[in-house]
Amino acid sequence: MDANALLTGLAGVLAAAAPVLFAVVGETITERAGIINLSMNGTILLSAVGSFAVAYESNSLLLGILAGMLIGALVALIVAFSSITLKQSQVAVGFVLALACRDLSYFLGVPYMNLPGPRLPGWAIPGLRDVPIIGQLLFRQDLITYASYALIFLAWLWIFRTRPGLILRGIGERPAAAFVRGANINRLRYLYTVLGGAIIGIAGPAFSLNIKAGWMGTQSGLDGIGWIALAITIFGGWNPLRAALGAYLFALLQWLGLVLQSRLPGIPSQVLQVAPFPLMILTLLLVNLGNAEWVERTLASLPENVRRTIARLLRSLRASPPASLGVPFEQE
Amino acid sequence: MRKSLWIHVAFQLGALVAALLLTTLILVAVGAPPLGAYASILRGAFGSSSNLENLLISWSPLLLTSAGVLITFSAGLWNIGVEGQMVLGAIFATGMLRSLQDTGFPPALIIALGILAGAVGGALWAGVAGALKTFGGVNEIFGGLGLNFVSTALTIYLVFGPWKRPGTGSMSGTQPFDRTLWLPSLPDMQLSPWSLALSILAILCVFLLLRGTHFGLRLKAVGKNSKAAFLMGVPTWQYSLFAFLLCGAFAGLAGAIQVTGVYHRLLPNISNGYGFLGLLVAMLVNYQAIWAAPVAFFFASLNTGSVQLQLLYQLDSSFSGVLQSFLVLLVLLGEGARQRFLKLQWKPRWMRTPS
Repeated sequence: MDANALLTGLAGVLAAAAPVLFAVVGETITERAGIINLSMNGTILLSAVGSFAVAYESNSLLLGILAGMLIGALVALIVAFSSITLKQSQVAVGFVLALACRDLSYFLGVPYMNLPGPRLPGWAIPGLRDVPIIGQLLFRQDLITYASYALIFLAWLWIFRTRPGLILRGIGERPAAAFVRGANINRLRYLYTVLGGAIIGIAGPAFSLNIKAGWMGTQSGLDGIGWIALAITIFGGWNPLRAALGAYLFALLQWLGLVLQSRLPGIPSQVLQVAPFPLMILTLLLVNLGNAEWVERTLASLPENVRRTIARLLRSLRASPPASLGVPFEQE
Repeated sequence: MRKSLWIHVAFQLGALVAALLLTTLILVAVGAPPLGAYASILRGAFGSSSNLENLLISWSPLLLTSAGVLITFSAGLWNIGVEGQMVLGAIFATGMLRSLQDTGFPPALIIALGILAGAVGGALWAGVAGALKTFGGVNEIFGGLGLNFVSTALTIYLVFGPWKRPGTGSMSGTQPFDRTLWLPSLPDMQLSPWSLALSILAILCVFLLLRGTHFGLRLKAVGKNSKAAFLMGVPTWQYSLFAFLLCGAFAGLAGAIQVTGVYHRLLPNISNGYGFLGLLVAMLVNYQAIWAAPVAFFFASLNTGSVQLQLLYQLDSSFSGVLQSFLVLLVLLGEGARQRFLKLQWKPRWMRTPS
């Protein structure tokens, strides 16, 4: 493989990661507020078919993308209503919604199967596109991919560098403390769940109007992406930057699977496509291992220098969820 | 007590009516005649003896997966990996039949060993998810989901690789087994009384286990309040792990009867969503195992009946899934509304929020 093909491939990885990125950042914002939106897998499918249908009928890409965001926001609203107002289990509602939206998208999508439809045009940024290597890698993409770059940094800035972001972290960690400081916990949780849902909803059009244009029902190959994105959110330690790294790693692995496929014709492509999953379990294990009690006990029995190295390694990998994730807020 | 029971029943029925209203709206939206569609589902499920037979054939695996997840729900665990555990059961059963088919053992023994291997395979796969949860701190939802994908890949690898049928491998699965290795069915039918009996036995066992045994009581204690159970002397992590193993064994049995009794080979999509559907059944019956049988029957009838929709109205058969999940969603919302507005405390144990 020559350098040019490699760069083109890697640029493709950046574009392919965009939908996962939207999903992961949307979920990160939601979970930072203390709500788990487990419906993501169904939401993405439904927003993919919904935005394609709207864009196809109206011939407007913008309307299509907005439709995707609206679907994501509405599903998130159900999650928020049932968990905040009705105090039902977020996991139960989210899981059922994931199945409901998936089946609904396959049911409603039939008339739009295999139609040639609108697709987001590529747009190389003048000036930047001619920067050697970087230009070819980053700046000969399309608007949704550019938006995905921007979203990573915007979300990071919002969560960690602004005052509302501080409150956002507060309502996920210690809602009682944030409440005492004057934050309206439940209203903010509604707001961030719906906002996160709208961002998750962009993942749909990022597929159906861009990298996998059109709708192919169960053959679309999108089923499962939402579950992966949930895992990457954990891997990302609820930090948009680390989550983005996870999303890019995932896309890179899938691409490597395709590249290896042409070298190893004996292995069915579906097998290499799932290579990320055992790795996902492994990384989740590493991320969580630092929290396990028996690890600490085992470490204590090791020689001092070994213990310190392993402990440092585990600590750097470790990620702890927002302390009040999944816990309803009760005003005493 | 009486009054709250009636309110409970009223809310469940209300959820069913609301779910039907919603799906009717959806049918109208896609331009299908709602009454005709529902009638075709009914005909597709009960209209002929062969339809009814198909319904019973899909009832069995659903009963088994529901029985399994009732155990993990009781222990407060979200075993989403049940889908993959069913697949591993199918793989192990196929492997056992393949390795014994030319040995000259009596076919009945080979089939029995195959089914047993299925249970072992499912339990092992669930054991991985359980070990990840208890020793690695990996939430069972994510461990299970990852293992589901791995199990699918493993099936595809086997179907196209080592176990491919003579010639080229295809999505239609491995080479079908010899007729002698099929789970015996009723004359002129595909329905095997053995798989039906096995699944009914399974749900009965789970019912008795959760209802009448010391083990079941302690398991529910772990699910309800793990810390309190631990202080009362219940070995909590052992109970959780055991719940995983037991659920995996039931799911593995479901996979094994699909191989020996229904398809007679290994298929890429052998679990066919029965694992997830079992989760829905268990949520709907709020882990009262005795209700799982009729609810699973209802769900299976929707599944078999909706195939007719495709033939008659060119509608996708995922309609049954829409109706099923809407029903569960509305039951959840109704339950929440009841708790909030009627102030009646009645919260099923699996609904507790995860920590």
